[in-house]
Amino acid sequence: MAKATVNTSAEDRLILTNKNRRWDEVRGRSLVTFCAIIMIAATISVTVFLAQKGLQSFTVNNINPIAYLTSTNWNPVGSGEASYGIFPFIFGSLAVTFLSALVAAPLGIGAAIFMSEISPKFGKKVLQPVIELLVGIPSVVYGFIGLVVLVPLVRDNLPGIGFSLFAGVVVLTVMILPTVTTIATDAMRSLPDSLRQGSMALGATRWQTIRKVLIPAALPSLLTAIVLGMARAFGEALAVQMVIGNSRDIPETIFDTSATLTTIVTLNIGHTTYGSIENNTLWSMGLILLVISFIFIFIVRYLSGRRKV
Amino acid sequence: MKKMKLSVLLAMFALVIGVLAACGGNAGGEQSEDSNSGNSNSGGGETSDSSIVVSGSSAMQPLVAAAAEKYKEENPDADIQVNAGGSGAGLSQVQEGSVAIGNSDVFAEEKEGIDAEALVDHKVAVVGMTAAINPEVGVDNLTKQQLKDIFTGKITNWSEVGGADQEITLVNRPDSSGTRATFVKFGLDGETPAEGVTEDSSNTVKQIVADTPGAIGYLALSYFDDDSITKASIDGVEPTDETIGSGEFPIWAYQHSYTNGEAEGLAKEFLDYMLSEEIQTTIVPEQGYVPMTAMEVERDAEGNQTDK
Repeated sequence: MAKATVNTSAEDRLILTNKNRRWDEVRGRSLVTFCAIIMIAATISVTVFLAQKGLQSFTVNNINPIAYLTSTNWNPVGSGEASYGIFPFIFGSLAVTFLSALVAAPLGIGAAIFMSEISPKFGKKVLQPVIELLVGIPSVVYGFIGLVVLVPLVRDNLPGIGFSLFAGVVVLTVMILPTVTTIATDAMRSLPDSLRQGSMALGATRWQTIRKVLIPAALPSLLTAIVLGMARAFGEALAVQMVIGNSRDIPETIFDTSATLTTIVTLNIGHTTYGSIENNTLWSMGLILLVISFIFIFIVRYLSGRRKV
Repeated sequence: MKKMKLSVLLAMFALVIGVLAACGGNAGGEQSEDSNSGNSNSGGGETSDSSIVVSGSSAMQPLVAAAAEKYKEENPDADIQVNAGGSGAGLSQVQEGSVAIGNSDVFAEEKEGIDAEALVDHKVAVVGMTAAINPEVGVDNLTKQQLKDIFTGKITNWSEVGGADQEITLVNRPDSSGTRATFVKFGLDGETPAEGVTEDSSNTVKQIVADTPGAIGYLALSYFDDDSITKASIDGVEPTDETIGSGEFPIWAYQHSYTNGEAEGLAKEFLDYMLSEEIQTTIVPEQGYVPMTAMEVERDAEGNQTDK
């Protein structure tokens, strides 16, 4: 019954749009167009919804946006006058993101080069499945391991109380490493063999080929790998929340406690009532996360566009 | 062959739409709750419903869920779904009519954006809480003043209150948490706690206090069920059902179940059941709460305490 109706509608569309196309082509085309439209619509609705919710702190509650972004005093319910300054959380989010990318990028790209150029057999059979397995581990598990293993280890061997920016960076590095490695490996593998053969034919060593030919050729995709890893780190809440300490001061050293935008949102959103100032300021943090994600994507587009060979 | 392909495509369409619907539901939050409300709650006032949704305070969730489980054993037709999401979410949802009962650790009057006049308060139990101290510190009693000085950062070493020579690490709750509000109001007399580690889940707080040398946090009494953390007495008064009931021990809060207007139908039956002798003498104490029947004092939303 259902099939028959779809058949007729597909036929209609076929006749209406392009008589010369084959059935399959039309069907495939409408499917991917449909998917694309849904994806675009989803992205736009999320953006509009978040903008509408997130701007309420400024339009309805009259919080000064400049003060909101730059003040370091976050005290929404304490005694005395409430103040809403989220700079420490923006700082914390950016700090864990960049520091973990700084560690994960060379490790991930190094592993990708090893798997695709140095030891493809071992890489494909052992390393890649192991790394892909890491992606499937839920973030709460990373957080819990961080809480019961990493935090005591940091407390006993390094300054501070264990809960720290440092612990957050370590947990995030492990979490984004598979993302970076997997995408970087795919990028290296997708390079045509003619590049390698041409380079070898000119007398270059394997290392010269990797360094002078393959890495520059794959650079846009490698950058994408890093930025996607950063995006994951930036949006991660649960695991970071368990090890970073969630204090609202700007950390002075990497061993101080800190907080990120996501951890503050997840800690507080359930306790606040819809439409209250505090609830609105939490939505605004969500909006800021989205805006910063847009900036990430903008950067990667710019970089990859410029470097394309 | 072509037919096979078509069915695969159809399946993919269905999958995509299903996933999108699920995503939309999550992203929409309150909107999706609204759309559910039409068929699955009695908050609107219909009496014939055999299905209600309860949401709110995650601290109350185990108690209410245990009672709901028992109620369902006795009344197999009843369907009571107990969600945890936080006191703020519970109050918001019961106010807009998307759930029948909204649980809260705090009075509705204390939450911004809630019209407390429209809600009816059912106090189903009392929860006592006290400071949880790392056992190696060797302190199990604090005066109210010491407690305030520790949490406001005036005292930074346990040796100042007769404990080991050990830096104090504070473990706080998030700003808007009900547990924090209660502890600040009745334990610290409203003074703002200094910065420290902040965690929401009671189990995580317990774990941190147990593992971190010199740590102090605050927990509901039900979490003091082993020796990994020390239960602090305040001014020499040990927190027990009796001392809380008599009003001697100061840090406690009601567990509120709010309905939008007078409770009706299954919501009313269930709330009556929660307050029945059967539940108050079994599940309530088993879960570590103080039964309403043990309370000789009562409190209003401003925190004024009077004898019953």
